[in-house]
Amino acid sequence: MSTMLDYEFMRHAFMAGGIVAILAGAAGYFLVLRGQAFAGHALSHVGFAGATGAALIGAPPIFGMLAFMILGAAAMGTLGKRLRNSDVAIGAVLAFSLGLGMLFLHFFTAYASQVTALLFGNVLGVDGSMLEILGVSALLCLALLVFLSRPLLFASLQPELAEAKGVSLRTVGILYLIIVAVATAASIQIVGVLLVFTLLVCPAAAAQRLTSGAGRGLALSIVLALMEAWLGIALAYATDWPVSFWISALSVAIYVAACGLRRMPGRGARIPMAARPLNGKEHV
Amino acid sequence: MNTAISLEHLSVGLGGRTVLSDLNLQIAGGQFVGVLGPNGAGKSTLMRAILGLVKPSGGTLSVLGAPVAAGNARIGYMPQVRTTNLSLPLRGYDFVASAVNGHRWGPFWPTRAARREVQWALGLVDGAALADRPLGSLSGGERQRLLLAQALIGRPRLLLLDEPLAGLDPRHQQAVVRLVGRIQEELDATVLFSAHDINPLLGVLDNVLYLGRGHAVLGPVEAVVTGPVLSRLYGTRIDVMRHGERIFVMAGNTSAEESHHVHDA
Repeated sequence: MSTMLDYEFMRHAFMAGGIVAILAGAAGYFLVLRGQAFAGHALSHVGFAGATGAALIGAPPIFGMLAFMILGAAAMGTLGKRLRNSDVAIGAVLAFSLGLGMLFLHFFTAYASQVTALLFGNVLGVDGSMLEILGVSALLCLALLVFLSRPLLFASLQPELAEAKGVSLRTVGILYLIIVAVATAASIQIVGVLLVFTLLVCPAAAAQRLTSGAGRGLALSIVLALMEAWLGIALAYATDWPVSFWISALSVAIYVAACGLRRMPGRGARIPMAARPLNGKEHV
Repeated sequence: MNTAISLEHLSVGLGGRTVLSDLNLQIAGGQFVGVLGPNGAGKSTLMRAILGLVKPSGGTLSVLGAPVAAGNARIGYMPQVRTTNLSLPLRGYDFVASAVNGHRWGPFWPTRAARREVQWALGLVDGAALADRPLGSLSGGERQRLLLAQALIGRPRLLLLDEPLAGLDPRHQQAVVRLVGRIQEELDATVLFSAHDINPLLGVLDNVLYLGRGHAVLGPVEAVVTGPVLSRLYGTRIDVMRHGERIFVMAGNTSAEESHHVHDA
């Protein structure tokens, strides 16, 4: 009897999906904590312009994507605090990037299938060399993220105190967004520019709904992303529906379920108002 | 007695506006100093200057015996609540722990020594029960205790607390003041505590630092909080009235609304 793992493209898909999910789950955890989810989404659109621009001049799209997104990340990091709550500015950059990508495509006259792959991902088309690129960049990014995570958490939770203790908010912000850029470029290979949110943000947001511990939240975010990616690939094999559909459906379903669970009474994570001491025993 | 903070001809400007001009004062170590004055008088700016986060435009500032520099581990700082993201779904423990060696590169999960430091800080603020609760579920007073615990990480010699009483009702204000007073004694640290109203602080204050129109007066309450001294500071007639234990500061010849401005505007 043949299983889906008999096919090399399925083995590649599972490996690529696994690598990307771990990176996206980890990088995404801090993205949600820092309230930069939308900035991450916009970054993927900048990547679209980069990929099409690279194709236009005959370079590998992934490198054009990385180059554009790392530049975009550095620019966002430099703007830093001023970028908070500026969703209109971010949205404008997002729209312009898509438009620019469209222009590059106009000159490149690419096949519709390549554009679709870029916009909606093509994990079943990942070859050995792409797998290598994904593996190496994920390892580098995860190592940098571990190294960066202490000042990053501090700067995310209490920026003013962190700054007073000598953390350079700008350096931490830029380095972190570069990690996000690479994680986004990797996610685009799986789910495409338009659905990056499903791997980068949804698992992390669900994890933060389910646990209030930082370590547990990060681990859960990775596990959820991994589960969604692998299950999505398997369901796509079984149903012949697109992988990206399954991954996005699973990640949104889990996020919605996590929001629902959080509302249920009797969970330890949040003490309901009524269960708190009223007046007497509270110290302050 | 050693000097914790020394300002000589200190001026600080923000965006072209002079916030503090030519301040000269010495704050002795181990004191509890209430920092008072209306909004915009420079209370936060003074603290940020002491932290090395804003550069003085003139004069010198030395802190704990050394010229001011950013990243001084011996200063604890509690920023104003409105600048802190307190709706986070993160538990109190991780919030406090993030400050342990938070300025050094490395993984965020706490080491054994870091966990001891967090326990110590939470213990000082009677906050052990807050460790497992998400930040968003804490009441105002509980949140202030947690922020205070975070400021205590690193066992600072100098504590800068920016408006810790903002948004608290009088009962909780009293509790925070008593707690800070107790911690200050226990650690023998110097405390700068900014507030809108002097009354909650009266029991614990050693000195009061009044800021207004870029200038400052430092001294015991009886010497500083008087009509003539505050009138000179604000350049308008100020009356100070005492009723029992309480002090009322009012802009004399105008309406009660204006008096409100002196403290709350």
